[in-house]
Amino acid sequence: MTTTFTEETRARAREIIARYPADRSRSALLPLLHLVQSEEGYVSPAGVEFCAEVLGLNKAQVGAVATFYTMYKRRPTGDYLVSVCTNTMCNVLGGQGVYDTLAEHLGVGHDETTADGKITLEHAECLAACDYGPVMTVNYDFFDGVDPQTALGVVDELRAGGRPMPTRGARLCTLKEMAVQLAGFADEREGAVADGGPGEPTLRGLRLAEQHGISVPGFDPNTPIRSKAEADRAAAEAKAKAEAAKPAPVDTTPPAPRDARAAQAAGVAANPPAGDRKPAGDEAGAQQRNLSEAEAGAGATGAGSAVASETGVQK
Amino acid sequence: MTAPRSETLAKLTPVLTKRWLSPDAWRIGTYEKLDGYAALRKAVKAHPDDLIQLIKDSGLRGRGGAGFPTGLKWGFIPQGDGRPHYLVVNADEGEPGTCKDLPLMTHDPHSLVEGVIIASYAIRANRAYIYIRGEAVHAARRLRNAVREAYAKGYLGKNILGSRFDLDLVVHSGAGAYICGEETALLDSLEGFRGQPRLRPPFPATHGLYASPTVVNNVGTIASVPYIVLGGAEWWKTMGTEKSSGPMIYSLSGRIAHPGQYECSMGITLRELIELAGGMQPGHNLRFWTPGGSSTPLLTAEHLDVPLDFEGVAAAGSILGTTATQIFSDQDCPVYATYRWLEFYHHESCGKCTPCREGNYWMVRVYRRILAGQGTHEDLDTLLDTCDNILGRSFCGLGDGATSSVTSSLRYFKQDYLDYIEGRTAPRLSDKQLVGAH
Repeated sequence: MTTTFTEETRARAREIIARYPADRSRSALLPLLHLVQSEEGYVSPAGVEFCAEVLGLNKAQVGAVATFYTMYKRRPTGDYLVSVCTNTMCNVLGGQGVYDTLAEHLGVGHDETTADGKITLEHAECLAACDYGPVMTVNYDFFDGVDPQTALGVVDELRAGGRPMPTRGARLCTLKEMAVQLAGFADEREGAVADGGPGEPTLRGLRLAEQHGISVPGFDPNTPIRSKAEADRAAAEAKAKAEAAKPAPVDTTPPAPRDARAAQAAGVAANPPAGDRKPAGDEAGAQQRNLSEAEAGAGATGAGSAVASETGVQK
Repeated sequence: MTAPRSETLAKLTPVLTKRWLSPDAWRIGTYEKLDGYAALRKAVKAHPDDLIQLIKDSGLRGRGGAGFPTGLKWGFIPQGDGRPHYLVVNADEGEPGTCKDLPLMTHDPHSLVEGVIIASYAIRANRAYIYIRGEAVHAARRLRNAVREAYAKGYLGKNILGSRFDLDLVVHSGAGAYICGEETALLDSLEGFRGQPRLRPPFPATHGLYASPTVVNNVGTIASVPYIVLGGAEWWKTMGTEKSSGPMIYSLSGRIAHPGQYECSMGITLRELIELAGGMQPGHNLRFWTPGGSSTPLLTAEHLDVPLDFEGVAAAGSILGTTATQIFSDQDCPVYATYRWLEFYHHESCGKCTPCREGNYWMVRVYRRILAGQGTHEDLDTLLDTCDNILGRSFCGLGDGATSSVTSSLRYFKQDYLDYIEGRTAPRLSDKQLVGAH
């Protein structure tokens, strides 16, 4: 099988695969897809084949992954990917106007490339810079607080061969060069890592604190780390103290006889939920419940045993 | 514009953000001068179990939105089981409104790296991954540089600081999928699959990455660890409230004079945050806001004094989430805002489960109809009915989150919907936008 990929790319592929445990090379698939994009500007059928070959997968397995993620492009892209945030916050602050202006000016729509092969335009979902909105990125580096005029200035400069400096982030490179970084390789350009200091919104809270001389008191970096035994003892003491201080246990649950509650607890313990119950998303309680089993097995202390000891005290 | 009152200013707690003021803090030399890696030196002399206990004592709760107690999560990792353990940092920041992790990784990447090493030592993991959002390229640049520097100084690799503890850390860039912020989808993505959530149980604590015990923590959570190791649990608890301890980075955006990052004691109110941010922009009055990103139900001007901690926001009928406080005014339309969020959930739905995939697809179409002035009263019932079929019936939290702004905006701003439907508000979308596209 022959692909267009260079020996340099193959060497990089080996380096990527070596980052992951030997029997888990599939973890290298996302960086490898970025890597083939760095050579071709998109994930071509040849790129899919390359990834499949180096990982011992079939093309369908690779294709299924490549088509799932937005950053893997399925058609050739321009040198510069201009992404305008049109999610709610940037949108109401003017991002939609920026996008519409650029689309009209460049004569392309979402995920389309100008005829000169310079610019691919896309509207993006939240770019995690809402305090700088409306924002756009060029090859994922930020241009903050843009309006239609500044955005037009940026794309015109790009098309004229210039490289405007992002507001935050490093000096621009091409999208293919960026894909090398996305594949997990360092940005070797002199000074690029140092580029892009924090903007005022990032520092706003800090500046206020600084101006008014506010810091968090009581910070002693030499505070000792207590041993677990010590901590357990202190917790037990504190609990006993709290119990003693309480005149009588305040039971807020209306007439729930102690024995009924004990019986209920015994019943719950004797009837663990079925294994095929519905997952409860990120609901903390469910995770705690379901994992108390594993924890009990490991002999650690946690929610489960804490509840048990509390019941013991009440009895 | 009046300056914030001193009692409000006193709620500022610059801890995690503090080094951002030092422009070179991303370099290891500067970081070391600013207490950097002191926590690691201290931690490797302690027993790993004592570190887990320390984090439990501190009351630290996850900063990624769910607020799960971090020490408890670490304690769930079975020890002495002979299997490899993993620490995975969720740096896939993408929840609309959320913008706290990117500046942290860009301006103070070593604090995350140091936290990773301490946390890995505590849970006995010899491999750790930082799964960073693909688009976050500058943060990733700085982070990769920090990892390289940490290896060179012996903070990563074999026998770290003579402790006989080994750790390898890989910064793994995603490729543009919001769903990968869901921890099990993240693990699937890290294993080289489509990022789709897994059925739980089993939970990552026993069957996570490569079916091995895994802790998945948010950037802010892990970056908090060095400070707790240095200052102690009692000091940490001097900030925040009894059940929500510590400082929190509140990310303010929208119609305020000075949007930005404000690290404050947990439990601060929106009224106080707006005061810190220099008030509303001239001509804007607060109308609605999200306490923690677009997946948290909208709140209104009635909720200005709700304490922004896990319990306080829950009591007000919303979720603290990622403390991404997006502030909208009387010049913003809650129907349009909700429509844009739904476009997002529709785009980002992974397609694995029907309620989320289909529900969001159809709700977007209903919203377009309403905003084009062609909605009907039945549409509002359809929306609520659809939400009813998504919430609690989706495979993961993405679907649940999608319904938040729909149900809450219908609850507080039904009149705005009726105004579109009954023709009192001019259509916001044209007929053209009703046809396919997007």
